[in-house]
Amino acid sequence: MIGLVFEQALNGLQLGVTLFLMAAGLTLVFGIMNLVNLAHGSLYMVGAYLWVAFAKLTGSYVAGVLLALLGTLAVGIAVELVALRTLYERDHLDQVLATFGLILFFNELVAMIWGRAALYAALPAWLSGHVELGELRYPLYRLAIILVGLAVAALLWWVVVRTRLGMLIRAGASNRTMVAALGVNIRLLYTVVFGFGAALAGLAGIMAGPIYSVQPGMGELILIQVFVVIVIGGIGSIRGALAGALIVGMVDTLGRAFLKPLLATFWSPVVADTAGPALASMLIYMLMAAVLALRPEGLFPARA
Amino acid sequence: MAEPLLAARGLRKSFGALAATDGVDLEVFEGETHAIIGPNGAGKTTLISQLSGRLRPDTGRIVFAGEDVTLLAEPARARKGLARSFQVTSIYREFTALDNVALAVQAHAGHSFRFWRDARRERALREPALAVLEEVGLAERADVLAANLAHGEQRQLEIAMALATRPRLLLLDEPVAGMGIEESQRMVKFLGSLKGRKTMILVEHDMDAVFTLADRISVLVYGRIIATGTPEEIRANPEVRAAYLGEDEAC
Amino acid sequence: MRLAPRTLALLALLALLAAVPPLAAAFAQPFYLDLFRRIMIFAIAAISLNLILGYGGMVSFGHAAYLGIGAYAVGALAHHGITNGFVQWGLAIGASALVALAIGAVSIRTSGIYFIMITLAFSQMLYYLGVSIEEYGGDDGMRVKTLSQFPGLVDLADPVAFYYLVFALLVVVLWVTDRVVRSRFGMVIRAAKSNEARTRAIGFSPYPYRLAAFVIAGAICGLAGALLVNHTAYLTPEFMNWTRSGELMFMVILGGTGTTAGPLFGAAALLLLEDLLQGWRVLPPWVRDYWQLYLGVILVLVVLFAKRGLAGLLPGGRDGDG
Repeated sequence: MIGLVFEQALNGLQLGVTLFLMAAGLTLVFGIMNLVNLAHGSLYMVGAYLWVAFAKLTGSYVAGVLLALLGTLAVGIAVELVALRTLYERDHLDQVLATFGLILFFNELVAMIWGRAALYAALPAWLSGHVELGELRYPLYRLAIILVGLAVAALLWWVVVRTRLGMLIRAGASNRTMVAALGVNIRLLYTVVFGFGAALAGLAGIMAGPIYSVQPGMGELILIQVFVVIVIGGIGSIRGALAGALIVGMVDTLGRAFLKPLLATFWSPVVADTAGPALASMLIYMLMAAVLALRPEGLFPARA
Repeated sequence: MAEPLLAARGLRKSFGALAATDGVDLEVFEGETHAIIGPNGAGKTTLISQLSGRLRPDTGRIVFAGEDVTLLAEPARARKGLARSFQVTSIYREFTALDNVALAVQAHAGHSFRFWRDARRERALREPALAVLEEVGLAERADVLAANLAHGEQRQLEIAMALATRPRLLLLDEPVAGMGIEESQRMVKFLGSLKGRKTMILVEHDMDAVFTLADRISVLVYGRIIATGTPEEIRANPEVRAAYLGEDEAC
Repeated sequence: MRLAPRTLALLALLALLAAVPPLAAAFAQPFYLDLFRRIMIFAIAAISLNLILGYGGMVSFGHAAYLGIGAYAVGALAHHGITNGFVQWGLAIGASALVALAIGAVSIRTSGIYFIMITLAFSQMLYYLGVSIEEYGGDDGMRVKTLSQFPGLVDLADPVAFYYLVFALLVVVLWVTDRVVRSRFGMVIRAAKSNEARTRAIGFSPYPYRLAAFVIAGAICGLAGALLVNHTAYLTPEFMNWTRSGELMFMVILGGTGTTAGPLFGAAALLLLEDLLQGWRVLPPWVRDYWQLYLGVILVLVVLFAKRGLAGLLPGGRDGDG
């Protein structure tokens, strides 16, 4: 039982870091450009598809990952230049609608190129084994996701806190006009930040590809969970994104794994069978409502 | 001495390390026009916002008409008779001038959970609103969209909205800011016509307006009131001259 | 009385809608009866969204949730053998209002982007709830074998009778929302959208008014959901899918926000466009098969370049005075 809990906790951590990679980009883009980008999930999907395509083309997992990352970055920058740039000054409603249009576009585009059926791609041998963690045999690949995710989180922290780009990002999040007054090329900064966020989303998609199926619409499933993460963590805050992502990842994974048996112990198996899955799928939303009721600005508001 | 209409005691409000108001005491009596002056950044707007209920003070209390209103939200205070104008004109730009004022009348005509009758055809709202527009001299502009009014007219409209709530106390945050000479003279004349009939707290940079209108003046510097008195007393106060009037004249 | 161009356009469209059944019968094209009935049902949903989005400034991205609740109320009662239409539709409206009250109570405390994300997340929660209820078919949904029964009044199994019932309800909903936005209540929610600080300063607390508007919108949309499930005779959680919420928003925007009849035009425009892209034989298969790609591009272009929607084509004030 302890082993099972440990395994599910690791799965929760793995979902958490994936959510964090998504949330970090989305929350930065919102904090700095004041842009609501629903199409962030599309970049996640694009990353996964490009990985499948490039891995097949080159026959190498690593080359596939690197090319897919660059590809997502390029797609992100293209989207920013063509469509989103004109939306920064618009109200949130316009942004929501335009990026909703982009989602339809991207979902159909990948369906056009790769078909509507889900794709599955095999992992290379060196990533597909298991590791022994005490009693537990845990998939190596999932462990790798956790490690890469945590490493990226650390790198992101370093970039934001220690570099000039990070200083501009932090300044831009709190005072846009000031950064412009400093003579920084704001347009370039926006494009860089957006591309950065796109690459992070692409990375999340690449890493999720081998675990979940790669198919049109995969981006929206995670996007809405990412919204929950951001609302819980506080919009515009990287720290909040990390905390929110880990909380949501854990609650969702553990809820799906243990709510049903838990209900069965305390109630009856019949109740558990009907209410268990329903409750588990609603858990993170109820958590969000609870956080909002207590702290409407989220756990780590960016601007205190 | 009579009870003051509004009494503030020890109002303190900090933003981070900066104390915008640092223990302000203020008494305003019925019928009085009380000006608050002070250099930029002295905390005047922060003070007005605490009096109107837009900001909650960190410490201190506010008593209005014999009732402690410190914890009362802004809309509730407005319904008790505290009306304000904003430093930056705040009106309903997409509505006509008459709609703007009628909304203010409506806010003080019981609850608005009335779903059926056309509010624009309710004489109970339109007639008092039109009367107030007449009073401020905007009656001819009643059907113009507020966004299309001249700047001075928009400021007048804002005051009309405040008056339409039949306030016991008017909080005016720089009513002549950004106006041309002629417009501001007209506004000062109009405010003068309210004097005695309405109790007013007036925050203003324009010293001509202040010394024309005020019965008493409080001087706010770095979040504290350093002097309160009649215009003559304030003019003669050496501390005030040093802190404020002197530099103003030097400009 | 001189009629404004907008009123004329509305009357013309209503006349056209009223003429659809005889025309469809004359040309033996029953398909159009179905299409325009669907348009009117979505128009009712979009009109309800416009009440809070267009007039109240509340960008709810979860409005399809109430379509789903209305549909599930009808479908679930039918599943358990209760087919009386008044009971079914009453539950559809009541349950939608109640859920709107709960969701609104939490989300209206926030604003801006939080509000958008939270309304979306709550509707997604209800979607997953629908998916997980195996009793009602899970994510496959289930057929509704018996439509809502209104014995002696109207038989929904008769397509023309059902069509005119929807038409009548559409007219009633248009009329009621038009009255509401012009009332004292309507003035308050519009004022709170226009300038919240000013609204508080003159003595209105926007929260209860916004919440009431949210509940009314939810209730009307619940009615649309009850109509929709009778229209499709099939209950599915897809009614609550977030893309449905996005489509409803587009209907409102296409028609021009803050005009009472705009959403009707928007619903007609969007659904006809979708239908055209999917089914118009002139278009090559690579368009018809991937029609959402083109729809997506068109939607982006509309947002970027045609902000005021169809109503922008006609002269008249923005504030529903026309």
